[in-house]
This record gives sequence, structure tokens and C-alpha cells, in this order.
Amino acid sequence: MAECGRVDSNTSSHTMDKSITLPPDEIFRNMENAKRFAIDIGGSLTKLAYYSTVQHKVAKVRSFDHSTKEAAGDKLYEIAVQEEVTARLHFIKFENAYIETCLDFIKDHLVNTETKVIKATGGGAHKFKELIERKLGLKVDKEDEMTCLIKGCNFVLKNIPHEAFVYAKHADSEFRFQTTNPDIFPYLLVNIGSGVSIVKVESEDKFERIGGSSIGGGTFWGLGALLTKTKRFDELLQLASKGQHSSVDMLVKDIYGGSYACLGLTGDLIASSFGKSATADKEFSNEDMAKSLLHMISNDIGQLACLYAKLHNLSRVYFGGFFIRGHPVTMHTITYSINFFTKGEVQALFLRHEGYLGAIGAFLKGAEEDNPNQYSWGENYAGSSGLMSVSPDMNPMQRARSGTFDMLEMDRLDRQLVNLPLLQDPSSYIPDTVDLTEDAQAREYWLYCFEEALDGVVKRAVASQPDIPEAAERAEKFRQKYLHKLQTLRHQPFAYGSLTVRSLLDTREHCLNEFNFPDPYSKIKERENDIALKYYQKAVKSLEELSWEDRQFALVRGVLAGNVFDWGAKAVSDHFSLKLIFTFCFSSDRPWLVDSFDQWLERLKGPPHRCALFFVDNSGVDIILGVIPFVRELLFRGTEVVLASNSGPALNDVTNSELQILTERIAAMDPVIDSALREDRLTLVQNGSSSPCLDLSRLDKVLAMLVRERQTDLVIIEGMGRAIHTNYYAMLSCESLKMAVIKNSWLADRLGGKLFSVVFKYEVPAGKSH
Amino acid sequence: EKLKKSFPWFGMDIGGTLVKLVYFEPKDITTEEEQEEVENLRSIRHYLTSNTAYGTTGIRDVHLEMKDLTLCGRTGNLHFIRFPTHDLPVFMQMGRNKHFSSLHTTLCATGGGAYKFESDFRTMADLELHKLDELDCLVRGVLYIDSVLTSGPSECYYFENPRDLDHCAQKPYTLENHYPLLLVNIGSGVSILAVYSENNYKRVTGTSLGGGTFLGLCCLLTGCSTFEEALEMASQGESTHVDKLVRDIYGGDYERFGLPGWTVASSLFCDGFHMMFKEKRESVSKEDLARATLVTITNNIGSITRMCALNENIERVVFVGNFLRVNILSMKLLAYAMDYWSKGQLKALFLRHEGYFGAVGALLGLLHPS
Repeated sequence: MAECGRVDSNTSSHTMDKSITLPPDEIFRNMENAKRFAIDIGGSLTKLAYYSTVQHKVAKVRSFDHSTKEAAGDKLYEIAVQEEVTARLHFIKFENAYIETCLDFIKDHLVNTETKVIKATGGGAHKFKELIERKLGLKVDKEDEMTCLIKGCNFVLKNIPHEAFVYAKHADSEFRFQTTNPDIFPYLLVNIGSGVSIVKVESEDKFERIGGSSIGGGTFWGLGALLTKTKRFDELLQLASKGQHSSVDMLVKDIYGGSYACLGLTGDLIASSFGKSATADKEFSNEDMAKSLLHMISNDIGQLACLYAKLHNLSRVYFGGFFIRGHPVTMHTITYSINFFTKGEVQALFLRHEGYLGAIGAFLKGAEEDNPNQYSWGENYAGSSGLMSVSPDMNPMQRARSGTFDMLEMDRLDRQLVNLPLLQDPSSYIPDTVDLTEDAQAREYWLYCFEEALDGVVKRAVASQPDIPEAAERAEKFRQKYLHKLQTLRHQPFAYGSLTVRSLLDTREHCLNEFNFPDPYSKIKERENDIALKYYQKAVKSLEELSWEDRQFALVRGVLAGNVFDWGAKAVSDHFSLKLIFTFCFSSDRPWLVDSFDQWLERLKGPPHRCALFFVDNSGVDIILGVIPFVRELLFRGTEVVLASNSGPALNDVTNSELQILTERIAAMDPVIDSALREDRLTLVQNGSSSPCLDLSRLDKVLAMLVRERQTDLVIIEGMGRAIHTNYYAMLSCESLKMAVIKNSWLADRLGGKLFSVVFKYEVPAGKSH
Repeated sequence: EKLKKSFPWFGMDIGGTLVKLVYFEPKDITTEEEQEEVENLRSIRHYLTSNTAYGTTGIRDVHLEMKDLTLCGRTGNLHFIRFPTHDLPVFMQMGRNKHFSSLHTTLCATGGGAYKFESDFRTMADLELHKLDELDCLVRGVLYIDSVLTSGPSECYYFENPRDLDHCAQKPYTLENHYPLLLVNIGSGVSILAVYSENNYKRVTGTSLGGGTFLGLCCLLTGCSTFEEALEMASQGESTHVDKLVRDIYGGDYERFGLPGWTVASSLFCDGFHMMFKEKRESVSKEDLARATLVTITNNIGSITRMCALNENIERVVFVGNFLRVNILSMKLLAYAMDYWSKGQLKALFLRHEGYFGAVGALLGLLHPS
């Protein structure tokens, strides 16, 4: 894949402006397959969007035909690496100074001849129209700025988890990301460009500019330039961040000598902006004037926004535009203003990809025939720069990057993703148990942990492609990429939304995919599956010999024991063999760390569940000797079972296609499973994800449909990634069972247990006991 | 009771920029009273009524004087005097020189300065201030002045045909009991009140972008030093040289949102880019900057007011405060903005005694303590 997007550096250096060199390895990737361009040219930054396809290697498993089975030897199934083409959206942001160089670059690498037009928006689109048409030979098709902005905003709010955040300057983590509310409408968008536009958005196609103000970013810039002789916007903000507005503004205490208590106006409140500059014959510092100006404009915008929010009864107010654009200073003053005027009733929300909204919207306008809104999209962590802090005192690494190119890549997902219908309150559901953005200690640990584990991951990646000589080189690139991501996250944990164990795992998967290591565990999984299958009948038989009550316990213990066996967990691969694990688990004394087994047993004595949804975890022992026997018992009881497994590979987790083969094999040995499959009482379904963790708000639409149809009344979540790192606190509207063994001593310690502590959490929502 | 009503009758409003003083001059003084009138009192009366300017900065707004007013059973003239707050020490010194404290009167004062300078009055002028809440005084003052029938021009007025500059004219209006009212007081800063009756009102919101901001920015941008100077410059300038209009961006109206081309898209938008061109920088005069500042501040007040009127469901807006003094431009802009953006729903009303209502309220506090 990396090769696809790569450009021969020799040719590019000849054709480009010598003064500006582009890092072609990084930017304008997949330009060869690019079609549908859109460009948003603002006052200082250009945002380019294009749709392209990425050729990926994907690991596919396939049963052997009976005819060729002999030839296949001992192999359980065939693992084939195939090329798959997926759709990807690329967004690149760069300074307007680069525009000509970039256009030349695009022209040289644009192979797709079908492309005839480029959608354009933004104030600068007009100015650069001629240049774009001449350079690219594409017709510039102008789109309304506000329409693009809203379209873009809807798109990111729907498709990017943790897109919106609240800014809190003095909190432990400045960025407090919002959970994705499935219902994004209605909201207010306050766009602070030169002036201010206040837009009420009611649905995908319905929005209205309900107000605005001429006092906006242009006023700050213009007045600031006049007052301080500082011409650059960023420098003005820097001045402002160093100033004291109280020397220029007339405060309440300047008039009252203190506060105006009976109105609740504190002494430090600004009574009259610039009020002191009229009464005193003195010079004011540039810093102080800039600060006063910033406060004046931010407060004014905040006040208007609040008045409009109140009038239209809206509580979600997003702020964007070049005045905001990730500047901590303006986010802080706007937040302060909103808090002041609404007494906390309305929160000022900002967007991680605010700068891209126009480009995304213009692109979507041009891509309507591809129906981009019918798909779900996911932010590709490997290809996206993430949110950069532009505060003046940031570390040098960010500084170097923010001035050049910023990227956002989004993958089109095969499946449409929706909420699990069984979530008790979708709007307050947070998948992740620990927010590493807020928990510095946990963050430190996990970043270290992932860095430590990187060698092993690289080794495994190389080992998974023994016949490909350049695998080592690619694996090394993967290492560099992921290491860089970890370093970025160390400095700005908020780069991709809340930092969580899940996001660290997902980022690793994205990076592996980016370098064509689609499934490093495929062969290991196959071997483990093969071994486990051989024990299946024996295991089932020994379980059947137990008394009912003993069997229930043995089944749970089986799931837990199977779950311990996990190549992904460092502690396990370091210290344990299969046999040891079994010994461990059988001797693991109750009560467990979390132990509601007795309640579960009581429940089993009652009427059977209608349908159980089981989110499975690992391949091999886990799924075959732990999960399937457990499922078998449920089927016996008359409960239908839906087995939900990953759509794509992640670590040693069993994928949907692997599970199909495994259940076929088991069905051949076990009439109970066979008939259940045939009668549709046992159904396999993909969860829509390729993550070792589980986000119940982004699940395959088919799964959600099935859950509803079958009137599912029990959800079982298994494994550390799905039941501990995520969903530990998830509240469901039906009975739920969370089973996991904690295979990380630090986490065990955190939860008050020891390494290999068992969590068995059976929950019944209030008012639903039997 | 007797003490309270003994002369002199003053009401004072000490704001962030200006001190407003109202003085009731009794015209029905009996011979007996005249004989009893102490020398100090007489000297104060004479000083105030025989001058129209006091010191270098004190001014009596003669045109606002209310003649033959009956107040608390007495008939007399109400005088309106103002001076900058920073000259308050001079005023106190004068009070000391004229032995004001010997008159055993209560000096009713409102505005923030009543609190801030309370101890200065005590130490410098040996005067005890009776402090009154500024918004109470404001509301009381407005309603009182409006209710008084005088022979002079109508207190309350509006602009007829606000959207047509050629036919835009001041017309008298009777405010009486037209509740609810939105009362917008534009002093150094701005307070917006919703008034439902004399005793029932609330402060809806306020903004720090007020008269002080206009003057402060003008001083910094143009080097002027007084409100009158700033206004004079503004009257000669052209704000469209500085502002970025909708038509500058869209080449005409932005029809998608019903924005006419003349709408200011960004105020004072001579951005860093434009500032780099010398000719652009020099084509902008100080007058243009003053004009743009005035228009910006005024329109902003208009827009916040309009939103408050909508939120509070009030259709009549009364603008007061010294920002409007001799500022016909701002008044017309406000009248225009209220009318245009509300499609004729909102009426902008103005009062002749613009900035003196707090002081009048303070005087009433002396005569009719609640």
C-alpha cells in the first residue's frame, strides 16, 4: 500500500518549484486512483479533498474443497492473501503559499482522465479559479460556502467518534470529548470567519442562517492590526495571550470600587471594553490592547450565540471558522463567554476537524452519485495527522508540523454501523472504561506498554509473511509509523479524541494494515483452531457427564480458561503454556474479583432466555472449547444464540469468516450444533469492526436488525478487550454477562485484584428481574 | 421628613465616564423662606443657575432644563448638569469650599461611583452619600420624566420612515404605561432591562461594547480625546472604506440567506493582508475609522437588543444613556436596525433626557424614599 501512494522522488523534484519541496511519501497519497476533487480555499489555508481507492492486502480464509482436501494435508482451512480495493477519502490542509506547487504536483500525478470538474468553495475559490483551471485542466464548479460547511459538519458529527469537544483550559485534560449522540440534530453552528454567521441546522438538508454579526475574526484582525501594527493573525493571538486586559478595559470594580453585588456582577467583569483608553492619557501595550480586543470580540460572539440558542431552544452550539481553528486562546475566551452568559446551561463545543468542514462538504456535493452518506466512514488513524495544539508554548515537534501539511483520511466501511438497540441510553454510552486523556498515570503506563510490545508485534508481522523478502523492511516502516504515533500521543493525547486502550490498539491495527500486514496472526490462529478442534468432542463429552449444577460452573470456567489463552497478552505468552493455564484456571478460587456466578446460576434455574447475543473473543481454545460448549448449553435450554465476531482481523481474535468454517467443522462432529445452525437457532453475524475492543454504538446494521427481530434478552461479552477495556460499565436494557480474565498486572492492580483475576459480572437492569 | 425635604435638592449619578447631576431650583420661594435661606444655600443656587459651565469640564444642558415643574408640592426648574468622573475631586473640593456639608442635606447618589467614592466624599467633602441602586433609579427616572407634562417638546420620540433617509423624521410619542418595555441604557457599557411596571423590572443582559468602547477605540485609532470630537469625525467619515460588506464578498446580495449587499460582513476588516498595501492603508482616513467604530458599536447594540426583545417578547424598545447625546447617527442606525431586521415589528424609542434618568431617579429617592 505504501508503495501505491509513493512517488518517485526524482521525477517530482524536477517538476516542482525548487523553493518548496513536498514530502510526497506522506501527502497526496493514492493520487493515481484519485477521482472527484474538491477544494476549499480560505484566507490563509487551502483544503483539498479527493476520493480515491486503496489497494489492500487482506487475509481471506476459505474451506478446502472436498476434492482438494487430500492435497491440503493437515491444514484446517486455506489462508489466502488477496488484493482488495477499498474507498478512502483524503483531505489535506496546507498554506495558500503552497497552492501552485500542490496543483503542479496533482497535475503530474493525476492519471484518472474521467475527472472533469473540481468543486470549490471558500472565500479564495474565486481568486484562484483561473489558476486551478489552467493548472489542472479541470472546470472549477463553485459551491455555496455555508451549504458546504453544514454538509461537512453533519458528516464529521455522524462518522467520527469524539469529533466534538469541550475546551477547559485549566482542567487536567484541556479537551473533553463528547460521546457521539446518534441524533446529531438540531444544533447551532457559529462560524467565526471575517464576520460571524449563526446557522441553525435541523436535518441533513434543512438549515437556516438565523443571524450573524459583523464583529468577527476580521474585526479582531483588522482592529488588532490598526492598534498594534501587528499584521499576522497568529501573532496577534500570541500578543493577546500575554496581555492584561484590565489596563485597557473599564471593569465593574473600576466603576464600583468592588463588585455590583445585588446584580451578581463581580468586580472583574468588563463593564466597558476599551473604556480606560478614553479616560487616560497614556500609552497602552500592544499585548494589553490585543487581549482586550480578544475579550471584547469573544464575549460579544458568545453573547449573541447564547441569545440565538435561547431563542431557538438549542443546547448544542458548535463553534468554527478561522477565528477558532484550534487556537487555545480563542477557544478559551469563547468558552468563558458562553459559560458566563448561560450560567453553564449551554456548553461551547468545538470540532477536531473543523478546518475541513468546507472541503468535506464541497466534496460531498460533488460525490452525491456515490451516495457517500449511505455508508459509514471511519477515521484512519494511520493516515491522519490528528488534532494539533497550536498554543505558543507547545513542543517543537508540533510546531514543525502545524506549519506544513495536515491530513485526514477516512475509510469507507463495508458495513453501515449503528447502535446496539439494547443500550440503555445511547446518548450517554461511553465504550471505554478508562479515559487516558484524563488519567495521566494510566496513560503513562499504557503508552509505555504499547511501546514495549512493539518489538514483538514487528517480529510477528515479519514472521507472518515468511515468503516475502521485503516484509522486514515494511515491518520496520510500520514500527517507525506506530512509534511516531505513540510519541505524538504522549505529547498530545487528545490528537484523535479521547486516548484509550482501544484507540491505541486500533491505531496499531490501522498502521499494520497500512503496511500490508493485514493479519499477522492468521497462521497462529489456524494452528490453535486446529488443535482445539481435536479436543472438542472430548470436552463436550466430559461436560455432559457432569451434574447440571456442576456443568454450569464448568462451562463458565471453560470460557474463562479459554479466554486466558491469548497470544496478544504479553503476560500469557511470556509465562504460560496451554497446560499451565488450564491448571491455573481450574484452581482459581472463588470468590473471583467480580463474582456474580451464584446469581447467574439462580437465573439459569428459571425460564430460558429467548435469544442470547454473544460477542466472542479469541480463536482456538477460547472459541472452540470455551464458547461453543457454553453456547451449546444455551441452545439446549431453548435459547437462540447469535454469535457476533469481528468483520476483519485484529490480533488473534476469531473473525467471522474463520468462525463460519469452525462452526461447519464442529457441526460435522456435533448434531446439536448442526441442527441449531440448520434451523437458524444458532446464527453467525459480523460485528462490523476490526478491533480487539468493542464499541456498541458502532455495530453492523445487520446485527442490530437481528437483535431486534430475535427479541434478544441476554448479551454476553467476553474477553479483556471487549468486557474490561471497553463496556465494563456499559448499561444494557436486558440481562448481560461480562466474562474476562485480567491478563495485565497493572490493570488487575487498578481494579483491586491480581494478575489473572476473574471478572464474572452478571447484571439485570432495574425492574427486569425474573 | 423635614430634613429630607430641606433644600438643596440634588440627585447624582456617578458613572464610569460621566457624573450626571440634577438640581431642582425652587421658583416659589416665599419671602419668609428667602430670609431664612442660609447664605451657603443661596450661593450654591446662584452658582448653579447663573452659569452654564462649571470649571473646565462641567456643563449645564440648558436645552434640557424643565421649567415650572411641580415636585413634592414645590414648583421650580429642574437643571441637568454633567462633568467627567475623573473631575469628581474638583467637584468635591467645590462642595467643601461652598460648605455644602453645613446644609444638613442628604446627597442621594447612584451609579457605581456612589460606592467607589463614598469614602472620598466623607473625607474630602465631609458629605455622607445616600446610595441608591442605579437600575432602580434609572427605571424610576425614566417613568417619572415621561409622565411629567411640560410645555416643551415631547420627551419621547421615534423616527418615522427609518428606512428612508430622506424622509426619516423625529416624531413625538407617548410612552405612558406602554408596558412591557425594553430599556436599553448605553453609557460606558450597556445594560438592557425588561420593564413590566415601575416596581417590576429585570436586567436581561448587558454588553461591555458601549459608549466607552466607542470613545476608547476612537482615541486609540484617531488620537482624538473627547466624545464630541470623535462624533464629529464619525459624521465626516465613510465606514464602507473600512468594513467588508456582503457585496465585497459575494459581489451582490447573498440571496441564499436574504442578506442585502450593503450588510456589513465584517466590521473594521482591514486585515493584515490589506494593511500591507500602502495605498489601502492610506486611503483609510481617521474619519472613516471613527465612523466605522461608531457604526459597529451601534449595530452591535442594536443586534443584541433585538435578540433580547425577541427572547423577552417585547415590542417597544427605549434607548437611553449618554452615548446617544448629540449622536443622531447612532439613533437613526438603531431605529433603522430595529425596523429592518424585525420587519417593522420593533419600535425604537428615544428620550430627550438621554443620560440623566439615573440622576433623576436619585433625586426622586430623596423626595419619595421607598
